[in-house]
Amino acid sequence: MSAKDRSKEGSMKAITANRLRDGEVVFLGEGGRWVESFAEAALFQRAEADGVLAEAKAKAEREQSGVDIYAFEVVEQNGIPVPATMRERIRTAGPTVRLDLGKQAA
Amino acid sequence: MNHIAPGARAGIYHYDEIDRQFVAERVEQFRRQVERRLSGELTEEEFKPVRLMNGLYLQLHAYMLRIAVPYGVMSATQLRKLAAIGRKYDRGYGHFTTRQNLQYNWIKLEDTPAILHELAEVDMHALQTSGNCVRNVTTDPFVGAAKDEVVDGRVYAEILRQWTTMHPEFTYLPRKFKIAISGAESDRAAVRIHDVGLLARRNDKGEAGFSFYVGGGLGRSPFVGKLVREWVAQEDFVAYLEAILRVYNQYGRRDNIYKARIKILVHELGLEKFTQEVEEEFARLRGPKYRLDPEIVEGVRQHFAPPPFEELPDHSEALERAKAADPAFANWLEVNVAEHKAPGYAIATISLKPAGGIPGDATCDQMDLVADLAERHSFGELRVTHVQNLVLAHVKKDELYDLWKRLDEAGLGSANAGLIGDIIACPGLDYCALANARAIPLAQAISARFADPIRQRTIGELGIKISGCINACGHHHVGAIGILGVDKKGTEYYQITVGGDPTLTTAIGDILGPAVTETEAVDAIEAIVDVYLANRTGEGERFVDTLKRVGHAPFKERIYAAD
Repeated sequence: MSAKDRSKEGSMKAITANRLRDGEVVFLGEGGRWVESFAEAALFQRAEADGVLAEAKAKAEREQSGVDIYAFEVVEQNGIPVPATMRERIRTAGPTVRLDLGKQAA
Repeated sequence: MNHIAPGARAGIYHYDEIDRQFVAERVEQFRRQVERRLSGELTEEEFKPVRLMNGLYLQLHAYMLRIAVPYGVMSATQLRKLAAIGRKYDRGYGHFTTRQNLQYNWIKLEDTPAILHELAEVDMHALQTSGNCVRNVTTDPFVGAAKDEVVDGRVYAEILRQWTTMHPEFTYLPRKFKIAISGAESDRAAVRIHDVGLLARRNDKGEAGFSFYVGGGLGRSPFVGKLVREWVAQEDFVAYLEAILRVYNQYGRRDNIYKARIKILVHELGLEKFTQEVEEEFARLRGPKYRLDPEIVEGVRQHFAPPPFEELPDHSEALERAKAADPAFANWLEVNVAEHKAPGYAIATISLKPAGGIPGDATCDQMDLVADLAERHSFGELRVTHVQNLVLAHVKKDELYDLWKRLDEAGLGSANAGLIGDIIACPGLDYCALANARAIPLAQAISARFADPIRQRTIGELGIKISGCINACGHHHVGAIGILGVDKKGTEYYQITVGGDPTLTTAIGDILGPAVTETEAVDAIEAIVDVYLANRTGEGERFVDTLKRVGHAPFKERIYAAD
């Protein structure tokens, strides 16, 4: 099921981290791999998010892939899943005061 | 290591072999720690305190590296190195902070050892910029140049650097510990909002010493520092501070992070009991071992010997001509230039607050330019202020116009030091992992609203300070107008305080009323200014004085009348 489809089912969560080596914001994608773009992030039902998060944390520590791993709320806006909070919207895009920096600049 | 010897400058402490070896060893130590983290030998839990001890935080978008600018003073060579690092390892800019340091926002962990190595080449580091230690000591940005100077704050700040860096008792304090020193009669270092604030004073015999204020601080529980001792002799400077830190180490709370700062200890013990404890400890410590040897002081003082000032007339014809010919320069001169102790020289503040700009940010090109200008006009040294500006402290009056033209061409010529456009703002939610709301966009909107330099002059001295969370890195509590960003169910709101004061008459501002939205906030600030202008007795009455005289009511009425 695509991220877009799943977000329609109700309150969803995505899982994020900063990559250990360079601090880049990453999201847990399909198949348990870390992706740089929120558009490629896997979305999880609230009930399953805790389990996936615990597994992702353990794996990241084993593989030294990510730090500061947590789940955040995702809502749908105009049919597109977006982070529910300003904080996570800024993390997925970059500073609102420097549109030339961060993921939004890519 | 390719050592570039930045110390061959007037006014800059130059490392000796011990300093250099110590910093180099710390770089190598951290290099190995990073390698062990990347290989998995260290867990994040083990590594985090280590990286913090080296100034490396994890923020929203990447790692943030905070570089120490000891007491806010550096050489042109050091600033050029900061610019080079910003280009090579970051995104072409840096952010000057309210602790007179510099932060890079886009750092990679794997690059950090190389960055620290490059910093060490110019006697710089990121030590004591994080963690529960004595942080980088701050001082008056006009040090060594101000007319009202009693003692040279750099000398004592440097003594503290040497004394605290490896001190085993101060490495694991209950919480971070911030010290500010003002060596002048004025307070340009906001000393009474620090854990320990020192104000140089002369006693009845005319001897220079320090007044000790303890337990100041902002954050969740703001307190103004309390006077613990009116006068401490210079030779007892270290002993008295050690006594304070020992009392803090013994009684400070380690069980609750929100109650761990010394301000809470002073508050809970009470000033009398706290002072008694300190005085008893001081009596035990006082003696040859803790006496600050005048020879040591003199040795450090030599590093900060006055630069070779020329004997000049105080009046500059060239300056007067430029002033008459160029009104924009004349305005900058009035606002950003202060009197110097040496005839024919002046102190120039370089505003990092262009209208609509990001407070404290400087591009690497701007840093290079300021380094060039520091070499050309100010004996190769410059200062960072706690208001997030830069200072060239020793500029010939004859050269001020040339200096300003070069600054203005590079977007650094704003004439707003101390005025409403000179806003302090923390990085806020645009960068900071702790923030609840953005601070920078509001600063930009306010400075754009008040962009007109004549309007700013008309309003006069009025400091706006904005924090994106209750940790108060933007010093909002002591803003004449303070703004605190809060999150209300996912929406940013801004709580306005008025009447704060970071100077000798330090005061914590009062909340004016319910928090407002970002758009409303800019209008609310303008309304406050309008009420002030309508009520002040003349151009000489400052905002804070009008506020004291008329009270909050007219301001509240204007802002919240429609509610």
